[in-house]
Amino acid sequence: MGLLSSSVSITRYRVEGKLKAPILEAVADCLKENAIPQIDGDVSDKTVGWTSFDTPFAPNFEGSSFVIGTYFVFSLRIDKRIIPSKVLKKHCAIEAAKRLAESGRPYLSREEKNMILDHVRNVLTLRIPATPYLYDLIWSYEDGSLWFFSTQKSANEDLETLFLRSFRLSLIRLFPYTSADLMMGLSDQQRDLLPKLSATEFLD
Amino acid sequence: MLDVSVSYNRYKFLGYEYLTWLWFVVETDQDRITNLEQGSVSMEIGNRMVLEKKKKDARETITIKGDDAGLEEGMLALRKGALVAEINILLKANDQQWRFTVKAESLHFVGFKVPPTGPVKSEEDLEGAVLEKAYLYDRAMQWMDKLYKQFITLRVSEDWPNKVVPLVRQWMHS
Repeated sequence: MGLLSSSVSITRYRVEGKLKAPILEAVADCLKENAIPQIDGDVSDKTVGWTSFDTPFAPNFEGSSFVIGTYFVFSLRIDKRIIPSKVLKKHCAIEAAKRLAESGRPYLSREEKNMILDHVRNVLTLRIPATPYLYDLIWSYEDGSLWFFSTQKSANEDLETLFLRSFRLSLIRLFPYTSADLMMGLSDQQRDLLPKLSATEFLD
Repeated sequence: MLDVSVSYNRYKFLGYEYLTWLWFVVETDQDRITNLEQGSVSMEIGNRMVLEKKKKDARETITIKGDDAGLEEGMLALRKGALVAEINILLKANDQQWRFTVKAESLHFVGFKVPPTGPVKSEEDLEGAVLEKAYLYDRAMQWMDKLYKQFITLRVSEDWPNKVVPLVRQWMHS
């Protein structure tokens, strides 16, 4: 879901830590090193990497192409090859019938069936193009805040993993407790009280 | 700081209490909302609310949706011990309008719609559109942060059990 869509979903993060100066070059290098690779030549069923917000199918992090105003704006791209289960089942049945006809035996062993499944999956993975999924993000470096335009659990987990690997900075997801603890400007005394809270009983 | 996954699960009740308090504030204390930005902001409950009642391992969910839906069932659910799990909010400031749903457990913003922005026809338009959208998202999120700050400040104070909870109970039964 793109940040310019008419309706978006947002997960908010706090970015822990700072990069070494010069910041722009550091960000650009990290993005380039972890840009989405082309996977059409191998059998990976999932590839995760950064891509440009404005040209998501031709990542380009040269210069300050990812800078808009005071923000860093780029996208997480996840390419997935998804083989429909019915297609997999059909091709396995065809391959099994072929092997039975060749061997003249009435049945295949479990090991042979597993080998057929792996073989068919590999062949189909090469033939089926990867589907790209794009998730935009806005990173306000000075504020240490980041908005990720998806609330999907798996996309958020991929973001957190790739962000840490790329920038060596942790993302802390902002939910009720972390928002209260880190973002609301509470005093030390108030923050000490947070872990001691228990649920309110509103019924008399 | 506590481990993130532990604090997510152990303190998710804060999100439920916050959204329930927010509904209470919308109904009884609009001044608190108006004053978010020089007296110009108003808030309404939008077209969807989900309430949840948890009892040991069981969970009961009540969903109210529709532009003209009344919230009587929601109030009834509160009286039976449910709390707000999701709330659709309509924020207005001057002639502009924001609409989104906040989820109690995660504080995610979903279905987030901001006031209309200009069309994107060139690369310069794209940068302008991103900045405009970012400004509009930020504005609404800042208002929501101010309200969350007010909530959490009350929540860790003695005013919560002594003043706020009795008022919420009174509102629930009014």
